Amino acid sequence: MLAIGLIHYLIIAAVLFCAGVFTMVTKRNAIGILIGVELVLNSANVNLIAFDRYHGKGAMDGQIAALFVIVLAAAEAAIAVAICMNFYKNLVTVDVDQGDALRG
Amino acid sequence: MLDSGCRVLKGRVILRLLLIASLGFVALPALAQAQAAPRVEPGVVYATPGGWFEAAMFYVFGGLAIASALGVCVSRSVVRMATWLFFALGAVSILYFLLAATFLAAIQLIVYVGGVLILLIFGVMLTSQSAWVRFTPTRTNLAVASLICVGLLICLMSVLAGTDFGPPSATSIGTPVEAIGRRLLTHYLVPFEIAGVLLMIVMVGAAHLARQEKN
Repeated sequence: MLAIGLIHYLIIAAVLFCAGVFTMVTKRNAIGILIGVELVLNSANVNLIAFDRYHGKGAMDGQIAALFVIVLAAAEAAIAVAICMNFYKNLVTVDVDQGDALRG
Repeated sequence: MLDSGCRVLKGRVILRLLLIASLGFVALPALAQAQAAPRVEPGVVYATPGGWFEAAMFYVFGGLAIASALGVCVSRSVVRMATWLFFALGAVSILYFLLAATFLAAIQLIVYVGGVLILLIFGVMLTSQSAWVRFTPTRTNLAVASLICVGLLICLMSVLAGTDFGPPSATSIGTPVEAIGRRLLTHYLVPFEIAGVLLMIVMVGAAHLARQEKN
């Protein structure tokens, strides 16, 4: 119990992942969905860094993969906020249920 | 309206001070580890078995991360969600410190807490008449989503419980920034350059998407 191992971090990452998926699925605010995506990406990062620490053999591959994930997350957040602003400009709301102009 | 906005602002300042204060505690295990670790090779810190302090830090900040993630789930207003996300990101960065990934922890604080979260707050400000506007999901949505997520969590937990990851490798954990930079510019040069091009495209694209149309 006292010795913290890989499994402890994996459990935290699993909970973060499920919370992020729940947020993505239930929120109707576009920004709220973005927040869920950030949680999911963070849980992936926790996994990568925990495996790097406990099974990495000093090559730092996990840390560098996490670094790229952070870069992609920042890029995705910038684009997504710009898309949200366009959404708001067109529909005067950020309720994603209103954006159904493309339905068949 | 203005009054509640001021209260929110003051609350956020207090939250930020709390996080900075908690970061002071993080320096302690890092310092202890640096002193306790036998330096076999210069510039490479070797893994040491964690003591009770590491366990205590892990349980406090891991619990904070989980509680904040659940707070993101249950809160309705998007400003509250952003505040909970702030706590979750800070706690995760402290977990990175505990995993001896100090550079990643600093990057997490700078990019996520300092950049992405502020971007999200700006998004909230620019895309709603009131910051407290809330869209409630339907009851069926909530039921199905919680069913799926709890099932997913149970699956993940059972897989984790049944998996043997083997003994942890007793090799070094490279934390110095110099080593990361060296690796990034030799072995990972092509992804590094592609990430740079991607960031430039994103910058131009976001500016194009968000610009005001002329009349």
